[in-house]
Parts: sequence; structure tokens; C-alpha cells
Amino acid sequence: MPEPTTVADLALEVRSKNAGPFWVTMEVFLRDTTGYAVVADPSFLNETVVARLYGVDADTVRMYRIAALNVVKISFPRPVPQGSPRDRDIHAGQHHVPLALLRLPGCRDRTFYPI
Amino acid sequence: MTTPPDAVRVLAPTGMLGAGFPPETLTRGLALGADVIAVDSGSTDSGPYYLGSGTAKTAAAAVTRDLRLLLRAAATAGIPLIVGSCGTSGTDAGVDWVAGITREILAAEGLDLRVATIYSEQQAAALKEHLDRVHPLPPAGDLDAATLESCAHIVAMMGHEPIAEALAAGADVVLAGRATDTALAAAYPLMAGLPAGPAWHAAKIVECGGQCTTDPRAGGVLATIDASGFTIEPLDPVVACTPTSVAAHMLYETVDPFSMREPGGTIDVSGATYRALDDRRVRVEGSRFDPAGQYTVKLEGARITGFETMSFTAIRDPHILGQITTWAALLRRMIGEWVAGTLGLGPGDYALDIRLYGYDAVLGAIDPATGPPREVGVMLLVNAADQATATAIAKVANPLMLHLPTPDMTYLPSLAFATSPAETERGAAYEFVLNHVVDVDSPTALFRINVPEARDA
Repeated sequence: MPEPTTVADLALEVRSKNAGPFWVTMEVFLRDTTGYAVVADPSFLNETVVARLYGVDADTVRMYRIAALNVVKISFPRPVPQGSPRDRDIHAGQHHVPLALLRLPGCRDRTFYPI
Repeated sequence: MTTPPDAVRVLAPTGMLGAGFPPETLTRGLALGADVIAVDSGSTDSGPYYLGSGTAKTAAAAVTRDLRLLLRAAATAGIPLIVGSCGTSGTDAGVDWVAGITREILAAEGLDLRVATIYSEQQAAALKEHLDRVHPLPPAGDLDAATLESCAHIVAMMGHEPIAEALAAGADVVLAGRATDTALAAAYPLMAGLPAGPAWHAAKIVECGGQCTTDPRAGGVLATIDASGFTIEPLDPVVACTPTSVAAHMLYETVDPFSMREPGGTIDVSGATYRALDDRRVRVEGSRFDPAGQYTVKLEGARITGFETMSFTAIRDPHILGQITTWAALLRRMIGEWVAGTLGLGPGDYALDIRLYGYDAVLGAIDPATGPPREVGVMLLVNAADQATATAIAKVANPLMLHLPTPDMTYLPSLAFATSPAETERGAAYEFVLNHVVDVDSPTALFRINVPEARDA
């Protein structure tokens, strides 16, 4: 397997979903304790980083680091309530992508052409 | 039930009435000694339309198929069947819809079951007299009377008490309006006098049927609740519950995986342990339920935002795709000018959303990976005060959606409309507006419980 460069590369699954109409929640299920140690490290992933990725206020971001499951869980209020005229992801099921594509420490950002 | 039984077995056949399940999994649940069947029939997860319009997301035929199997099972085993959040949003019309389907099945199958209905719809006029007892949940602000009055439908989410009252009055089948997902499965074990911690935690684990197993597509689960905890197993013998699959279900669609508020208190699973009894059954202990000082009932409401018309075209020409954001900005500006010129409407009279599917429609400004797209679907969504205006705006936009060039093109391209006509009228559009709880003196105060008299044998 190539060297991991993104959060998704360390994970079995990264997913997102509504938690009621006004919140979104997402989980990173890490493959192992090594991956968990990287993603659960607050110096890498914290409320401020999540706020920057999603354009939300860091004070509204809640993070849960669950070592027993190798899971990092993140919840924050939806910027657009579910199903409102400007909501483009009714179940918030595709909102994990900015988190999944977050570059790991030491991996440079790159421009990405999905073709 | 004067002395509590040693255990109560709750059968959760599927996460959603109408989603289907293999019939043999239900048979197996009965053979394992199920004491009650509990199934959810609703959710806010598909958006505000269903509450706003009072219609169901599920097809009547799918609900009929599942309900026929469940009613037969309840009658055969002589155990209660609890259905919650009837008709997707739990409006009165939703309860009546499921009740109508139930009556047809009972008549066709020759089954004699007492069917209770519990209505949970609320009137703005009554609620606005008690605004001092209504409190916002984050991120909402304080509620005002105008917001309540703007709602097309308002429902209150019941806890287990109205369901328990209907069962205690002799109901064989309980068709409940909006209820917490957990109240459906917790009601019967709590009535039996089993402890609240395991009853509520088990109810949370089974609320999505097989979602807590290694194969969520293979049917539901059986939870056995007793004095010290609960045991959970899948109904399909080749599927497993593992400590990880069960613990991980607390993550699903929850803001906080350790703490969940119910009307009467808070489920606290921070001290819960998950232990494999064998290769497919899991034992959970250490769950707590902390009663709240004040019983609170959550409200849900949806209101009309306007009427929508959608138009959809597509672009494959690399020249336009190379300047797609410039093209989209030009489209927006030109539609505004043409609508003002032909219909005399200004920007405040309607709303436009232009979505570039294949470029950044889903994530917009937070998309980490936009680049020159290969193909783009352009969705124009118009929202106006009435349907005719929304459609008129989309029709004025039609020539632009067909022929708009980029500023450097010297000819008119023709773009790829997906359908004829290009416009689709979507009817009323809704939004959720309530995220509040109301303090009540009694858990049943906001709910209307109807249990028919027993027929003489």
C-alpha cells in the first residue's frame, strides 16, 4: 500500500450524517491504534482545524476521541438546516469529504484534479 | 405485572417500517421468545417536506407488506406490536394513514386485535399561550408566536409513557404519532419494572434494527433486558453482533455518543461495557439513566418557504467548462436582468440557486478538490411565493440555460437540456423551524390516546 497521505488513507471508513435537522456528525473509523494516535492527536486535528475545513465557528465544534473503538467523532451545527432552500446534501452524507481528504502531518497540500 | 419478570425480550424487526426484512428473521425472533415487537415508522432524516405536507415517504405497499407480517406475528404469539412516528413525520394524518392500512390487513387476515392510536400533533394557538415554558435547543434561539403560527404542522415527540398507558389499557397494537425512536422499544421493559439504564440503552441500540450488527441488510435484532443489563443478538443466525458493532451504533446520527436526552432524563453510556458472550451475542452492562428534574417534550415544526420550479441543463463543451464559475456568475446576472425586464420582479421577490453538479454543487466553498470538470449538470432552483411565478422565472431563464456563451465566445452554444419541458414544478417547499422543548407537568399531557373498548368474547 502506498504511503498514507490523507486521513482517509488511515481509515476503514470516514462518514457523515445528520444528527437531527440542525446538526451534522461525522466519524473517522481508524484502521488501528497507530492511525488513531495520528488522527486523535489534538495538535493535528482539533476544533480550529474542523472550523477551517467546514467554515463554521470553532466554539460550536464538539469532538469525541474514543480510543476503545479507534474512532474520532466530530459534531457541529449545520450551517444550513436540513432541507432548507440552500441545502444541497439533505442527509449530510457527503460532508465527510473535506475531513477525509485532510492532509496528514508532513504531507504537503496539492491541487487535486478528480478526473 | 405485579412482580417484575426476570427479563423482557424486545424484537426490532427493521429500522424502518416499509424498509422490509426477511420473514424468517421475524419467525426466529418469536421462537427466541420475543415479548414485544417495536418498530419505528418515521424520521426527520429525509427532510422537512414530509412534516410540512403531512405525507409519508414510504410507499403504502411497502408499509402494508411489513405490517401484514408484523400483525400476524403479534397475533400468533399474543404479544404487543408498537409502531412509532407513523407516516414518516408522526402527524395526525400519518397515524390515520397507518391505522387505515392496519384495519384493512386485520379485516383481510381475519385478525382480532385492539388497535390504539396516539396523536401527537400540536396547535400553534395552544402552544403560544405557554411560550414561557418553551426553551431552545442549540443552535436555536428563543421561540416567538409568529414562528409557531407559520408552521404547516407541529408535532411533539412522546416518551414511553403514552405508549405504556395504551398498553396498560389493553391495546394489542399501538400506532403512535411522533415518538422518540427509543421510547418504542423502552416502553414495554419499563412497564415491566426493569431498570431504566439497560432499558433505554437497549432501545437506542435496536432503534435502527440490524444497524448494530455486522450486516445491517440482514434483518433485525432481539434485545433481552434484565435487572443488570441487556443482551443483544441478530435475528439472522449467520449475522453477528460484536462488541464493536454494538458500541459503534451509539455513534450513529448522534451529536454526543455517550449522552442522549430523552423527555424524562438522560441516557448515560459512558460507563457501559460491551462483552462478547459468544461469536454473535453481546452483553452490555453499566448503562445509566439519570432522571431529569423537569420533564420536557421536544417539538418539531415545518413551514412553507415558497413554491419551487427546477430546470436542469448540462455542459460538455471544454471551452465553457474551463470558465465554469465565470459562466455561472454571468447566468445568475442575466437571469436577474431578464426577470426584472419581463416580469418586473426584483431580487427580493424570489430566490435562485444555481448548482453546478460535477463541479462544486455538493460542498460549495468548502470543497477541497475542485478542478476543471469533464461535464457539468446545471440545476436552476427557483423559489417564489407561488408556483406560477416560480415557473415563469424558470421559463424566462430557459433561453439562457440553452444558449448562454462565455464572455469570450463569438457564437451562441446550445447546451444539453435533460428533459422536455426543461422545467419541473416541485410544488410547496418547506423548512424545519422548531428546535425547542416544552416543559410539561405530565408525560401524557400533549398526547391524545385512543384505546377502543374490548369486544365481548
